[in-house]
Amino acid sequence: MSAENLVGADFSNDVHWWVPALKGVFILVLVLTSVIMAIWFERKVVAKMQLRPGPNVHGPAGLLQTTADAVKLLVKEDISVKAADRLVYLIAPVIAVFSSFLTLAVIPMAGEVSVFGFRTPLQMTDFPVAVLYILACTSVGVYGMVLGGWSSGSTYPLLGSVRSTAQVISYELAMGLSLVSVFVMAGSMSTSQIVEAQERSLWYVVTLPVAFILYVVAMIGEVNRLPFDLPEAEGELVAGYMTEYSAMKFAWFYLAEYINMINVSAVATTLFLGGWHTPFPLNLLGVPDSGYWGFLWFLVKLWSIMFFFVWVRGTLLRFRYDQFMNLGWKLLIPTALVWLFGVTTIRVVNEFTDVPSQTVLIGLAVVLLVFAALSFLIPEKKEPPGAEVGEFDPYADGYPVPPMPGQVLPPSPRRLAAMAAAGVVVDICDVPTEEADRD
Amino acid sequence: MITTIAATLTDAGEASTGEAVLFWVFAPVMVLASMGLLLARKAVHAALSVITVMICLAFLYVAQDAPFLGVVQVVVYTGAIMMLFLFVLMLVGVDASDSLVETIKGQRWVAVLGGMGLLVVLAGVVMTVAPSTPTGLDGANTPTNPEALAVVIFGSYAFALEVVGALLVTAALGALVLTHRERLVPKRDQKTRMQARVQALGDGALLTPLAAPGVYARHNAMDVPALGPDGEPLELSVNRVLKVRGQEADAAEYAARIDRVLAGGWADDELPAIEAAKDATSEEADQ
Repeated sequence: MSAENLVGADFSNDVHWWVPALKGVFILVLVLTSVIMAIWFERKVVAKMQLRPGPNVHGPAGLLQTTADAVKLLVKEDISVKAADRLVYLIAPVIAVFSSFLTLAVIPMAGEVSVFGFRTPLQMTDFPVAVLYILACTSVGVYGMVLGGWSSGSTYPLLGSVRSTAQVISYELAMGLSLVSVFVMAGSMSTSQIVEAQERSLWYVVTLPVAFILYVVAMIGEVNRLPFDLPEAEGELVAGYMTEYSAMKFAWFYLAEYINMINVSAVATTLFLGGWHTPFPLNLLGVPDSGYWGFLWFLVKLWSIMFFFVWVRGTLLRFRYDQFMNLGWKLLIPTALVWLFGVTTIRVVNEFTDVPSQTVLIGLAVVLLVFAALSFLIPEKKEPPGAEVGEFDPYADGYPVPPMPGQVLPPSPRRLAAMAAAGVVVDICDVPTEEADRD
Repeated sequence: MITTIAATLTDAGEASTGEAVLFWVFAPVMVLASMGLLLARKAVHAALSVITVMICLAFLYVAQDAPFLGVVQVVVYTGAIMMLFLFVLMLVGVDASDSLVETIKGQRWVAVLGGMGLLVVLAGVVMTVAPSTPTGLDGANTPTNPEALAVVIFGSYAFALEVVGALLVTAALGALVLTHRERLVPKRDQKTRMQARVQALGDGALLTPLAAPGVYARHNAMDVPALGPDGEPLELSVNRVLKVRGQEADAAEYAARIDRVLAGGWADDELPAIEAAKDATSEEADQ
């Protein structure tokens, strides 16, 4: 293919058919072992956060727990529900899992490594639109969820898949927009070139912090993890789109979910955290990233993001559906648009004029300040009528209520009695003043 | 004919073996999926067929040196537009079938005529096309495919792009205006709902979920009311459907058993009476 010399990594040695084949097998093995690790890791870390031991029976530190679960799911009876649309019901988990396998093919996991004395980059392939390819794979993978929920012929799964479609439509926009600022900075959509561009300047998490935050929020929404796991919300929808699935078909959905977590972590590593290059303080000390060292740094970064996923899960509660949609449409997408506009402006001025970037940044800051100043002129929302503070009525609307702001509690009878017993002259009107002053 | 079209896209004027194999693998799938679109009874199956065609088409685009077009085809059409279609189909309902009533008179014949016309035009175009010497796509794809495409779209056709953009923004605004509704009543959010429930408390409304049906040591069923802390049966704990059907059991009997135990006797003292009451209710249900 003519594009081979147009991407960052040099694939010119990969002339033999077995080199990509070997890399494919490597990715498959890496993904499957990582999933087993990830499930154990998540259960263990969440357990530590909740002050309980987590899996600790099978194998050292419970490491074999996931294997036992997998074997259980494999040998379990495969049940198909009667109301299911058979064909779609069968292929839905297949779509989910197969498209999740595709993403890592374009992720650079290390620079040039030597395989049996043969030098090749540790990346299966790369092409000028590699990042768009990743987006395409994830968007096809979502069909697994959507069709799985629809074909189950049951209410809760259908609700789960309707939520899933809405979620994908809204959050892919924000994700795509945040990625565009990376493309604009790197001048390329090929993953290896983006990694190279970050090595030349700074990691994009530093230069494009807003895009990184947007991507992180959108990626959690995209892989349906807490706090955005609305398609399978256990408290509301039983198990969402996979309610009617059991045994291996269920396991495939489960597998796809964890592979997708690994995928988006790998993408975040590649696009924002400098890919397989040595992380910040160590690269100044001259710690190498050549050969298989790069793979180590890649894994370190990837698992840090996986830890972040688990941390978020252990910390935040599930969003309500309307809050989730408001966050996506009213906050993420406008922010992404404004941010993209800023990045593009700086890029264009840098590229086509001699104006130094400092001037551009100052100019943008001035524009922002003017907007901020103008926003003070916007009149505040009027208070809803009927909110005037009245006399405190402890049984307002027939229900014991605390005082509203500006109202004061009557003095407690016990305190009055105590004061009277102590010989203090009590004037009821005096008591609340100190409390009233606080407001 | 198709092979010649494919061939014009390579340098040598011939399709490589790989490309030919790819084409002959995907072409039957695409034809089958297109037939599926026409013949599927369920709307979601038709949508699935369209998705299949789109993805196969994307593979063919990539094989013919247009990776950007191929990938964008999947991201935009499969990932966003068809997803939107599916969303609407799901909202319509799982088992909803299409109505085959013609809303416009003679619409079917007009559609057939239009389709035939399109077929004739397409056939004419394909027949009259003059096979020129193939030059390959390497020239068009320098330096890379997306960059060359960007130069064409944002260079030669920048004005057309702006016009299309303005049109789309206008359409989006129009959709917003047409679906906009003045809010006549205040929005009912979580807070106002909570306040309303608390206010209704005086009228006997409950803040908590309803009590579950009765659970006794020897009887646990949907039809028995639970006993409140005061020993009185809670009527609300039995599903109103059972009450309407007259299938509700009498909680007094079960309460009486508890009373007998609390008084130091046996719960079963009057067991035959309970059984008789049960038989009576089941006979009523049978009638």
